[in-house]
Amino acid sequence: MIRKIFIPLSEEEVAPRFDLAAEVLLAELGEDGRILQEKVLILPEPSSERLCHMVMTERAHTVICGGIEEEVFDYLTWKGIVVIDDVIGMASRVLRRHAAGNLKAGEIVSGAGPA
Amino acid sequence: MPAKPPKSAKAEKILDRTIDFYRLLNELPLGVLIMDRQRRALFCNHALEAITGVTAAAVQGIACRHVMRSRVCLTACPAADGKLSENVCFETDVINRDRRRIPVRGTLAPIFDAGENPVGFVETVEDLRPLKAHGEKANQAYRFGRVVGQSPQMEKLFRIVPVIAQSDASVLITGETGTGKDMLAETLHQESERAKGPFVKINCGALPETLLESELFGHVKGAFTGATENKQGRFYLAHNGTLYLTEIGDLPLPLQVKLLTFLDDKIVYPLGATKGFAADVRVVAATHRDLARMVREGRFRQDLFFRLNVLRLHIPPLREREGDVRLLLDHYLNFFAHNTNREVTGYASKAMSLLLAYDYPGNVRELRNIVEYAVNVCREGKITPRHLPAYLGEERQRLTPVDASRESTEVPVDAPAEPAAPPTDGTWPMAERRIILEALVKARGNRQRAAQQLGWARSTLWRKMKHYGIDTP
Repeated sequence: MIRKIFIPLSEEEVAPRFDLAAEVLLAELGEDGRILQEKVLILPEPSSERLCHMVMTERAHTVICGGIEEEVFDYLTWKGIVVIDDVIGMASRVLRRHAAGNLKAGEIVSGAGPA
Repeated sequence: MPAKPPKSAKAEKILDRTIDFYRLLNELPLGVLIMDRQRRALFCNHALEAITGVTAAAVQGIACRHVMRSRVCLTACPAADGKLSENVCFETDVINRDRRRIPVRGTLAPIFDAGENPVGFVETVEDLRPLKAHGEKANQAYRFGRVVGQSPQMEKLFRIVPVIAQSDASVLITGETGTGKDMLAETLHQESERAKGPFVKINCGALPETLLESELFGHVKGAFTGATENKQGRFYLAHNGTLYLTEIGDLPLPLQVKLLTFLDDKIVYPLGATKGFAADVRVVAATHRDLARMVREGRFRQDLFFRLNVLRLHIPPLREREGDVRLLLDHYLNFFAHNTNREVTGYASKAMSLLLAYDYPGNVRELRNIVEYAVNVCREGKITPRHLPAYLGEERQRLTPVDASRESTEVPVDAPAEPAAPPTDGTWPMAERRIILEALVKARGNRQRAAQQLGWARSTLWRKMKHYGIDTP
């Protein structure tokens, strides 16, 4: 089964905050963990509600993000979406780590980039 | 560069000695983050750990925006170009590792070496939660902190709370569910000299014993299977502040011993650690259970009960607070009408009679929920009986003069900690659940339409559905 992964971005990194991200990396992973497709979606302005809506309409299975408010986290979890939060790192590396099956909440994936 | 202030002989003596810089920073009540010129974190103190939930060891070398997660960091960083000539002060919010949004005041300043070369930045962070809460409420009469009341019972409580707040002894807060024990505990903290320090809350009934021990006291790496790194407990996070143990009656006996040991010698031993940490923490505990009875039944340690019972505050149930129902009805009407932008002006006399005749088994929390419901349903004008939950009228007829379930203020030891979902019959949560189900049936499961019927936002509906365990396909 193809899995869709939703990563809010801040430039090339996982966005430090879900509610302030205006870009999203949407990736598709194959059953073997191969990255089949990646695309970047742009929002007119940052908004938790809009991002949640996008997660639902894109039928994402997993959201990988930095800080996220409890209410939003609970909402997504309630909708059956896996949320891996508190993640720091370059989105591409984080995605590869997740595809390999060993990304956990709170993880700092090396190469978090300069300030 | 401003001239250095002249030093007295005594100051000269102290300042010319080598000072433990990190220890000094850890003693400060303000969060402090020290960064290099690329704004990568080098050090954060205990106060910042408590605000953000990060640990000093974990943040080293991480870009400050990932550590702080403040709105200003991400949208208008004052040092975005790597340069900053003078201090910048700003109000913003952060989202911490507990997924809470916290209002903070930050001050970012450059650090220079002895040769006036910029070497990095220092950011101080002040938690504005106590200030905001205080500012919003300070100008209102008949209240102490967030607790509202004008009855003689509450006046008596308000008179004693400031005195107790100034003391550093342990406090035990008792009262039925919904009376405002959590609010009172937070108010005690805000009015105490520890107000600048953290207020850390933990529910002793919410976690299994093993997890609770680790959560309270922390653990060291390797203490048990799965302990892959050191974890600081809530006692550590509450250093220089207040630790609020709610539902203390649910604390397992082995942990009661450990808590007692802490209250005696004020040293916290994380699980598996050989070295203790001297925590300066004031303990405030609360319960709706009858601890004295639990002691008699051997379910609560007598020595711990005596240690916690140094200062005791009992919040009376709403039905015993003469005149407070009217005050609270008006207070919450204003609050919800303002927050939801509804033009609700007051209560029609019939609605008021119903509300005053009801005896609120769920106490202030139930009253607040009823008013919230009424304001949402009414939308404008005066609240009439048809805007009130239907059970208010029914309840009056159904209840006998002495309601067996509430004839004593003592709560049975075996009673559950909080009314859990799905709630019991005849209560406000049950009525609200029924109203939601009816709206969903009417809307044929369409949540958007159901929310419209109820006069709620869709997010409010899903939150409440989740609370009551209602699921639609």
